[in-house]
Amino acid sequence: MSRDARINTVLLLLVAALAALPLVLGLGDHKEEPFTGADAEAETAITEIDPDYEPWFSPLYEPPSGEVESALFALQAAIGAGVLAYYFGLRRGRRQGEDRAREQAGPGAGAGPGDGDGAVPERTV
Amino acid sequence: MHIAEGFLPPVHAVAWGAASAPFVVHGARSLIREVREHPESTLLLGASGAFTFVLSALKLPSVTGSCSHPTGTGLGAILFRPPVMAVLGTITLLFQALLLAHGGLTTLGANVFSMAVVGPWAGYGLYRLLRRSGVPLMAAVFFGAFAADLSTYCVTSVQLALAFPDPGSGFTGALAKFGAVFALTQIPLAVSEGLLTVLVMRMLVQSSRGELTRLGVLVTSVAGRKPAKPSGAVTP
Repeated sequence: MSRDARINTVLLLLVAALAALPLVLGLGDHKEEPFTGADAEAETAITEIDPDYEPWFSPLYEPPSGEVESALFALQAAIGAGVLAYYFGLRRGRRQGEDRAREQAGPGAGAGPGDGDGAVPERTV
Repeated sequence: MHIAEGFLPPVHAVAWGAASAPFVVHGARSLIREVREHPESTLLLGASGAFTFVLSALKLPSVTGSCSHPTGTGLGAILFRPPVMAVLGTITLLFQALLLAHGGLTTLGANVFSMAVVGPWAGYGLYRLLRRSGVPLMAAVFFGAFAADLSTYCVTSVQLALAFPDPGSGFTGALAKFGAVFALTQIPLAVSEGLLTVLVMRMLVQSSRGELTRLGVLVTSVAGRKPAKPSGAVTP
């Protein structure tokens, strides 16, 4: 594993650890419903401060169930992740193509030092 | 940071809408200009928007025992300056308001103001400040993304405290209450967002050196040798 790939892996592991720690340490145990959304908690706080407040508008469309809602959230993440993956894949492919073209054009033209992220086997130099 | 549909009194909803609108219009103009002058940056713009899409869909557990999500606006603000993020953030918020019943149309103005206006500007401001003081790129990116994330939730807390001051302790009491719900929860998530933004920025440095140089994120280290192509190829 290249140094770059190692650092990237450590970054991902850190994020995973930050997300997992509250669950592992049971930091939600003091609540009736642990790990609800902060947005919903804010709604509760509003009704505590102003018990008479009535939302004056309701969503035009509401996912009929938690399952549908999580599907739509997954869709949102998938669209984003797909575009990001396309971007990095395209960059990588272009770079490899350019390197290859340079190699064919003449040995000694040399490949650039801009190594990839190392997650995929490196091109042959 | 999503204030739910109908949960801001009409006056506040309109006021925040009016406050956000100029930023979004100005942002749309700079977005169009960027695409027209540099068509090659369209792809990276898409990737910045995509980053916001992913991160704002990730609801992560936090130390307060509740869940919240990062915003992902720091990356685009650092790359393309904050106005562009006003548009990309608004698109994300609209998607969530219309399809997920997350946030809402009446609260769109307030949510845009926190996530797509203040967040990007705070993140970009801190990033620039740190860079100018000689802080290394990745450290500045981390704190920039951290600031974009956390400031968004602080603004949401202020917005709610303004709309719903505590009957006893007034604005400050309400701010403490909403701050405990949002800002405190957000601190570890802002760290996560900082780390993820650094990760993506590292991958961009590895893959899109030319583009980052053009955008001024990377300074040409090899004097006199400009990157050959916008595709990021670098000659040694």
